[in-house]
Amino acid sequence: MSEPPQGSASRRLDPAGVVIAVALAAVAVVLVWDAGQLQSNNPYGMGPHVMPVVIAAGLGILAIGNLVEALRGHLPARESADPKAVWLILGGLALLIAIIGLGGGFILATTALFVTTATAFGRRAVLADLGIGLVLTTLIYIAFNRLLTLSLPAGPLERLF
Amino acid sequence: MDAFFALANGMAVAIQPMNLLYALIGVLLGTAVGVLPGIGPALTVALLLPVTYKLDPGGSLIMFAGIYYGGMYGGSTTAILINTPGESASMATALEGNKMAKAGRGGPALATSAIGSFVAGTIATLGLAFLAPWLVDFAVRFGPEDYFALMCVAFVTVSATFGTSPIRGLTSLFVGLTLGLVGIDKLTGQARLAFGIPELLDGVEVTTLAVGLFAVGEALYVVSRRHHSEEKLEPVRGSLWMTREDWQRSWKPWLRGTAFGFPIGALPAGGAEIPTFLSYSTEKRLTKHPEEFGKGAIEGVAGPEAANNASAAGTLVPLLTLGLPTSATAAMMLAGFQQYGLNPGPLLFAERPELVWGLIASLFIANAMLLVLNLPLVGLWVKLLAIPQPWLYAGILVFATTGTIAAKPSVVELSMLAGFGVMGFLMRRFDFPIAPVVIGLILGPIAESQLRRAMSISLGDPMALLQSPVSATLLGIALIALVARFVMRGLGRFRANED
Repeated sequence: MSEPPQGSASRRLDPAGVVIAVALAAVAVVLVWDAGQLQSNNPYGMGPHVMPVVIAAGLGILAIGNLVEALRGHLPARESADPKAVWLILGGLALLIAIIGLGGGFILATTALFVTTATAFGRRAVLADLGIGLVLTTLIYIAFNRLLTLSLPAGPLERLF
Repeated sequence: MDAFFALANGMAVAIQPMNLLYALIGVLLGTAVGVLPGIGPALTVALLLPVTYKLDPGGSLIMFAGIYYGGMYGGSTTAILINTPGESASMATALEGNKMAKAGRGGPALATSAIGSFVAGTIATLGLAFLAPWLVDFAVRFGPEDYFALMCVAFVTVSATFGTSPIRGLTSLFVGLTLGLVGIDKLTGQARLAFGIPELLDGVEVTTLAVGLFAVGEALYVVSRRHHSEEKLEPVRGSLWMTREDWQRSWKPWLRGTAFGFPIGALPAGGAEIPTFLSYSTEKRLTKHPEEFGKGAIEGVAGPEAANNASAAGTLVPLLTLGLPTSATAAMMLAGFQQYGLNPGPLLFAERPELVWGLIASLFIANAMLLVLNLPLVGLWVKLLAIPQPWLYAGILVFATTGTIAAKPSVVELSMLAGFGVMGFLMRRFDFPIAPVVIGLILGPIAESQLRRAMSISLGDPMALLQSPVSATLLGIALIALVARFVMRGLGRFRANED
């Protein structure tokens, strides 16, 4: 993000910008629908449904604004991205959530994230990273448990302590 | 002089050994995260919130403030030695500082930025100490409608006034405001936007949002464009010390930088970019060595660095006196106050003077510690830059998820963290500013409750917002700032503050 990308004056429709605009409009619709579910028996003052509707109105206007920018091709120029590396980290996060959800414990879960992230950033030594990850997360677990007396989810590895 | 007396009492609190220790931990952590690319002070405070809620509030807040100040010092080291600024407010420093380092004058560049930061930080903290009681006297008369109007000003200035595009800034803000609606409405007990998910009834956790946007989002963004550039670290060559000429060329830019940084930071406009770039262009115009600008002029490092630190202290003025955060880090500090049930503002000055003034006094101590940590020990911090990128980001993500797991080890919360990470990645890719989302989440609910309080006092008459002169003026300012941004495009040169 070093230079502000400006004047990418390609006057072509940008599909990503249209998606952003549609998403904002969808959120606005959800807000209005949700506000409709609320009861407001408040004769004086302002009920809980007012603010969501005001914000929905703002989102609606911004959806139009974003759509106009997209149609004019005013979105900033984007560099090519490496989707494989992004998916690898997201896979690591999914693995972490699954391990925590299934009771695998803190150490295994965060080690999985450590290894996938290091791999995404170009490391090719999975076993070495696995060892580093295990040591690092075990140290964190002990520090949290003993020093800060905050409990992290325990699994098979944590019960060894 | 009330301020002197209060400050002296605060100093007595700040020099208690435990508080000195908290300040030291804060400035060490702050410098480290400022130096490391990829994490800033806002993220660090967010990561520490879940682990500090059992600690002493005064000490934790002193630590958070130390992180804030330390991040500003550390960021300049990265900006000078690698051309990538560790935090966005150091961008002006990178222009001249990196050229100086390439020319073998890295030592004096680091020295002028550290000493300048110290001078500016000290003057600006004095400014904070003397301005705060005066503002508190003024703010104590504010009604709920005035607070609501003040928050409208902050919403407009942080999202629309400074940034590449007002539409993208406002979009970020409204996403944050939407997230702020989630959960049980405090006045009527009804759930909004919870969709029957029990974890959502408590609302969106500000730490989950900040960690997702700043840590996960940044890691995804950096990894996606890793193949584009390799960063190059300039070794520190030559003497660390400044020559007599360096001093002569530095002291005026320090003072001018402070004069830009503190008032702009103290206004609800926030953001350290504006004063740093103003300072840079002023020094470029006033210098006796115009031929050096662009090739490594020491004035171009001294001024922006001073402005950067002075604005950090300035941001604390609205935060402490009005409870109004104007940067992402200030928003996280407000979350820090809230986790102890404290609400910054005039009342806090009256009810917990030892806490507020202890915090202000500790800023002087933090500044002195940072000068010592950053001048002789700069070689140590530079070593942090040698951590290989894969381990650095893997470690950041492990710490980031640890904070959330410690606070709420639920699948829903962790999925939200991952979701906010994806959002942060997309926002970076499409150039939406991040800070307005965090400020919208934390300030939106406060603004709503102030507005509803005002409406119930006025029995639902919205004209009450215009009948108070303070509120009417502030709403006028907000409107003008919003309209002006769409009419004039000139302000868009300055980028919005991310940290």
